[in-house]
Order: sequence, then structure tokens, then C-alpha cells
Amino acid sequence: MAVTDTVGATGRDPAEVSLDTVREGEVSIADLSIHPDTLQHQAEVAERHGNPQLAANFRRAAELTALGDEEVLAIYEALRPHRCTFSELAALAADLESRGATRNAQLLREAAAAYARRGLLRR
Amino acid sequence: MSAPTGKTRRDPDRVGRFRFMDAQPVNLDGFAVEDPSLGLVAFDSPADPLPSLVVDEEGRVLEMDSRLREDFDIIDDFIAHHGLDLAMAPEAMAVPDLQLARMMADPGVPRSAIIRLVDGMTPAKLARCLAHLRPVELAMAMTKLRARRTPSNQAHVTNRSDDPLLLAADAATAAAFGFREIETTVPVLGDAASNAMAVSIGAAVGSPGVLVQCSVEEATELALGMRGLVSYAETVSLYGTEQVFVDGDDTPWSKAFLASAYASRGVKMRVTSGGGAEALMGAAEGRSMFYLEARCVALARAIGAQGVQNGGIDSASVAASVPRGVRSLMAENVMVMARNLEACTGNDALMSESHVRRTSRTLPILLAGSDYICSGFGSIQRYDNMFGPSQWNAEDIDDYLVMQRDWGVDGGLRSAAEPTVAALRERAVQAVRAVYRHLGLGDFTDAWAEQAIDAAGSKDVPAADLMTPLVASRIIRETGLTMVDVVAALYETGFEAEAERVLRMLKARVAGDYLQTAAIFDDSWRVLSLVTDPNDYAGPGTGYEPDPARQGEIDTIRQQRSMQDLRAEQAHHRSERLRVRGPARVGSDPREVVIGVSPAVGRELWSTLSGLAVVEVLDELLAGLEEEGCLGRVVRVNDTIDLGLIGLRAARLSGSGIGIGLQAKGTALIHRRDLPPLANLELYSVAPSVDAGLYRLLGVNAGRHAKGATPQPARNPYSDEAIEARYHTKVVALVGIERQCCLPQLDPEELEVAPWQ
Repeated sequence: MAVTDTVGATGRDPAEVSLDTVREGEVSIADLSIHPDTLQHQAEVAERHGNPQLAANFRRAAELTALGDEEVLAIYEALRPHRCTFSELAALAADLESRGATRNAQLLREAAAAYARRGLLRR
Repeated sequence: MSAPTGKTRRDPDRVGRFRFMDAQPVNLDGFAVEDPSLGLVAFDSPADPLPSLVVDEEGRVLEMDSRLREDFDIIDDFIAHHGLDLAMAPEAMAVPDLQLARMMADPGVPRSAIIRLVDGMTPAKLARCLAHLRPVELAMAMTKLRARRTPSNQAHVTNRSDDPLLLAADAATAAAFGFREIETTVPVLGDAASNAMAVSIGAAVGSPGVLVQCSVEEATELALGMRGLVSYAETVSLYGTEQVFVDGDDTPWSKAFLASAYASRGVKMRVTSGGGAEALMGAAEGRSMFYLEARCVALARAIGAQGVQNGGIDSASVAASVPRGVRSLMAENVMVMARNLEACTGNDALMSESHVRRTSRTLPILLAGSDYICSGFGSIQRYDNMFGPSQWNAEDIDDYLVMQRDWGVDGGLRSAAEPTVAALRERAVQAVRAVYRHLGLGDFTDAWAEQAIDAAGSKDVPAADLMTPLVASRIIRETGLTMVDVVAALYETGFEAEAERVLRMLKARVAGDYLQTAAIFDDSWRVLSLVTDPNDYAGPGTGYEPDPARQGEIDTIRQQRSMQDLRAEQAHHRSERLRVRGPARVGSDPREVVIGVSPAVGRELWSTLSGLAVVEVLDELLAGLEEEGCLGRVVRVNDTIDLGLIGLRAARLSGSGIGIGLQAKGTALIHRRDLPPLANLELYSVAPSVDAGLYRLLGVNAGRHAKGATPQPARNPYSDEAIEARYHTKVVALVGIERQCCLPQLDPEELEVAPWQ
């Protein structure tokens, strides 16, 4: 897929982003971030090249494009060992689920179960 | 003097030979006795589990590698859930270990067939298969199994003072030498944002499409990526035991999330692991380094990382301390490739004080080719490497370029011309200076800038102010500056080409093609990856071969000299003191010694290998003869370049029957007219080491031979230097010129050595 076929996370075509538009302050880093559809496409490419796990990663990533940087960093922090109780992780998963991030929600639920079994929840 | 009395003081258990051997650099390295209880064993610990895989009808893994589901630790759990192709598993687990090993080494078995099978293999199974591969078989497997067809290399660019100007100059330099990824880090965590920005700008000055990362704590690194200040990430560490994993403040789930977080911003990432890490942290559970690494690599695939940096990394010297440890480091890399992942193949932290040993560790990987030969070639000097010294450093760039050329292989580097690098360093420094001033991040003095452009390392930049990067980083963080602001600043301050390159790298995040396995950009922004540039090695004549332009880069080093270069150098020493007087006559004076010189003397060649001019050598020879009351006469022998024959021709023209033969390169001998051509009286063969005094002695001794007196013994000067390596290329060219000047039909000519003007 060529650069020109793809729009950024904000829907902007990067072909329209020039040095002049950048200088005018009309471009944000979000304009130059990846669109979830592009990640879905890259997931298909990864699958065709024998790596379904990389594809799954890109599909989780596609869901995360809707989340702000701070929230993504906060979920990462929550998943580190001994940061959350089981119910906190479950609540976080439910919240993600309700916002359409079902694959990430599933990852969090799995983590909660594993952490409970291996003593990695917050004490 | 009286003879020693009493007992000898010699230690009966010691001899000089061993004291001498003890002092060699390799003996600064630590070597360990294998100790499986500490994890100090490369392959096959008694505690390594037997491979097994039991799956129920619902596709749940009930047992993996001799461990039951209820006993799975977090690593087993994640691999069992996500990492295995359970449809392939029955076939894969049934393949005999040796059979898979043979398939890996056999160029006739395509990469895809291996990948498909390995997808269904547990960590213990794959570890056992790979343990069968011997070093050369590992190299064959690596040649075939790496993901990307075109090899590449990664540089470290750091310095002790986090100096943004020096970082930028050194990043531009690294790009000029061909590195396609640059990794920086900080001695002071607060400097991270400034370092990322400076290196990104410098890299963009050096070449289009160079990827940049800043290795810091996981969350900080992600934040840098989100703001576009770096274009990939690598410091996402995996470990092979639960204890060490949790000590690292992560779990497989947090790492899987992190992988997705990077991808969600269009930023490439790979993970880091490497044998010996668990032993170093005292929690190897008695397992072998290779088995634990097999768990890391399986987990890397399971969490959806596109690639792995392994091969020891920070613990390379731990692995290297045990028998077969260096072999296991390479086997780790092959394992990554067999899991269909990008391999960034270690050769990172320095694993030995010995140049021989570190070269031995890297060479098979350089020859086989990998996605990145080094996961951190220290492109800066050892002392400036804030990761610690690398296996290869700025000290070794020329060695590495020459090794590429010696073997005709692509190790990812190219020669860079000094004026080009000088211009790039200046441009990089000025670009960072302009951007920092424009964005209000800091000001740099002219002296600082000048020092940074010229510096071979941070010790050469005393003008650097340590507060500048700290303040700049704080402002970047607090004001939320992103790489878009850097693009605008570059453009505003007249660095349009660099602004365009940085913007292009940001746009690459939108396309996402460089998220695919083993992706790099070439310098025309083409993505080279498993998808666009798949490895198609299938035996001799297939797979990656440098194109002619790239082969030219590999073959052309700045130190090479041609015949034309040598002619020009010789012409520079041309002397008017040597004149042809006509045909040579046969002498009759018994005190006469004839000095025969080679055909190119006085035509094309003027200077010997020792640096003395040929006329200076003749001056010494003639003076030595005069000291003995002899008469010297110089003739040029035109019909042979053989020194023995030249000497013999001279002797036969000489009244005394003694002759001296002298080649333009400085090799000399004394001959006598009744000897066979290849015999001689004295030979001074090591021309580069023969000095004026020795030529004088040669003249003296020739005179004594002429008079029938006893000559002084002369010894060829001793040297432990690689004299032949240094001079043989010149000798080939000098002999070639002698050959061209050699005219079989031309008789000897009388030469006059005119006095100094």
C-alpha cells in the first residue's frame, strides 16, 4: 500500500501535508499517526506472511488508535505486576469492551486471570 | 662475579612461557566452569524439560514441555495461549530433532517449510533441534532463514555529556557510514527527549530514511515514540523465567500491550532478550541459557513483536564464559529467524578484551548476513558509549570495512569520504543549533559548535554545557513539543532538505509498511522487509548478492592505492642528480666495486620502501666504499629485474669482481663474479627497515670483500610488525614498474651520481 492511498488517524491525507502546511501550524502529530484501517490492512499482510501473532498485535493496535496517549500509558501501567486488583483489571477490561476495544479487553481479562493464579495482583 | 649459591629462587610450578601467556588480553576475560545450578550452561542443562505438547479437544494446551497447565508460569501461559500453531503442532512435535536441524542447514529446503513447522514447536522442542547445528551449519541456516534479503546494521550514537551538537554530528557520521538504524541512550534520564531530537536531526542530515530510537525506561520510550521524537523502539525486554520477568516490572501481557501501543502510533518496535540474563540475575531455575532463550523467543512471537534483539546483549559475556557459549549466542539468532521474526543479532556489548576473540564471535554472523549484524555497533569511541563499550566501536570501523572487503560480504557499512563527513558534521551541528534556538531550547557558542564538528569524541568538546540538554528536555516535555515542531523549525531556519526527510519519516508512520517484519528504509525511502524484500536463498547463486553499485561500496576503501597513485608518489621524489653517461664499460682496477641498479632507477622509480631516496642510498654505498679506499661506479642493469642477476652483472663489470645489486625498492646484496646468480655474499632483504647506516655498512663490506679483508657482520633489522602486510602491495606495483622498464636488448648504462647542488 503506497503512502498516498492511506490517510492518517485524523482522516487527513499525508499527501496534503507539506512543509508549508506544517510551518503554518496546520498539522498535528495525530495527522501523522496511523489510521485503524491501515493497521487492519497491515494485519492482513502479516497474516499472509505467516505471522498471525503480528496480525493480532496490529488488530489490538487498531483499537488503541482511538485512545489518547495518556490513557494508553495508563493501561500499560495498570498491566505491570502488582499494580491492580483483579476487579480493577476487570473493570478496565469492561470499559474497553464497551468502547469497542474488545481484543484489548480480552487481553486484560486474560492478564487478570493469570495474575490471580500467579500472585501478581496488587497486594 | 661469583656463581649463584644456595637454593634456586625459581618457583618450580611456574615457567616464563606461562607468565607470558597470562599477560595476554584474553586472560582478562572471565571463564566459568559449567554449573547448571546457577544457569551457567549454554545448552542442555539436566533441568531442561523434555519437549511435550498435549492439547484437548477444545484446543486448550494441557501440557507443554513437561509442565502441566495448572503449573504454567506466566511465560508458559502466554506462549500456550498465543504462541503456537496448534494445527501444525502434531506434525511439528513429531519431527525428529535431527531432521529439523538438517532441514535448516540444507539449502534445498525452502525457508517457508521451516517456518511452517517451527510455528508448531514448543520452546524446548526448537531448542533441542537447534542444539544439533554446528557452527558452519548455523551460518548456513542463518543465510537462509533471516527474514530480509538485504543485510543491514545498527549503530549506537551516545556521548558522556549528552551533547546535542556532538550527538547530531555523530548521527550524521553514522548514517554516512551506512548504518540504517541508530540507537541512542542517556547517562542522565532527564536528557532523553533532547538526545532523541538531536540524533533524529543528525540522522536526517546524514541520509534519508535512517530509523532512530532512544533506549530508556519502557513508558518514557513509548512517550517519545508517541510524539514522533523516535521512529522505532527496541528496549522492550523479555526474560525466560517468571522471577526475572517480574523483577523487570513487566509481564507478558504488559509487554503485549506495549507492542500494540507502539503499533497504534505507527511506530516500529522489537523486543530484547538474550542468553545469560537470567543467570546474571540469579534466577535461572537451573535451566540452560539456550532453553530459557527459547522461551523468550517463543514469547516474542506470541506477543506479536515483529522482531527480537538477542545474542547475549548485556549478558553476552556470561554466555561466552561457558563452553559452547558463543555458539549458543549465534543459535539464539537463528532461532529468532526460524520463528519468522526480524533478527537483530547481538554483537552489541563487548564480550572480550581480546581482539581475536571478539572477531571470532562476530565473524560467522558477518559472513552469513543478518537483518542487523550488530544490534549496536558503537559508531562512537568506546569511552563515549553510554551502553558500555560495544563489540565494535569507532576504533574498529576501518577494520570492519576491510573485513567486508576481504570476504566480499555486505555487513551493512560503506566507506565515507572525509570531506563528505566534514560537511555533514557541520550541517548537522548547524541544524541542531538552529532548531534549538528557534524552539527556545538552548543556545550554543561558536566554540562549542566548532569543537563538536571536529571532535573524535566528547573529550574534544570541553565547551559543552551539561545543563543544556537537561533544560532542553524539560522544555520539550513541558511544552509538548513533537517532531512536527522540529519539521517546522528546520524549514523556517533554512534546512529544507532535512525538514523534508524528517517529515517523510513521520508520514511513514501513516502508511505503516515499516511495521512489518524486518523493515528498514533504503536511502530512496523504499521499505525493505520480509514483505517487500524476502530472503530467497536456496544455495549458491541464489539469495542476496550486492548489486554492482553496492559491491563497489564494499570493495572501495579509502586506503587502497593503485599503480597510478604509486607512480605519482615516485615522481614526486624525482632527482636530477642521477644522469646517464653512456654504455657501461668493463673495469680493470682491482679496487673497483660496481653498484648495479635495477631498470626503473632514474626512469620511473626514485624512492625506496624505507623512505630513503635511491640517490641517498647510492651516496651511502659510495661513501662506505670510499672508507675502505675503494672506488665505486654505478651502472644501470637494463635487461633483468632479478636482484641476484643485477648484482652478478655488476660484479662482472667490476675490476675487483665484487658487485653490489640494488633494486629501486631498496633491497640490496653483495655479489661476486664467480658465484651462481642466486648465490650472494650478503643480502639486505627487509628493504623497509634498512636505514642509511646499514647501507653505509654494506658499502664498507663490499669494499672489504674487494680487498679480501674480513667484513663486519651485518644483521637484517628485526621487527615484529606486519611488514609484509604493510609493503607487499607497494612491492607488487614497484616490481610491475621495474618489469615495464626492463628491456632485454638494452645493455647496462653508466650512471653518474652528481654531487648535491
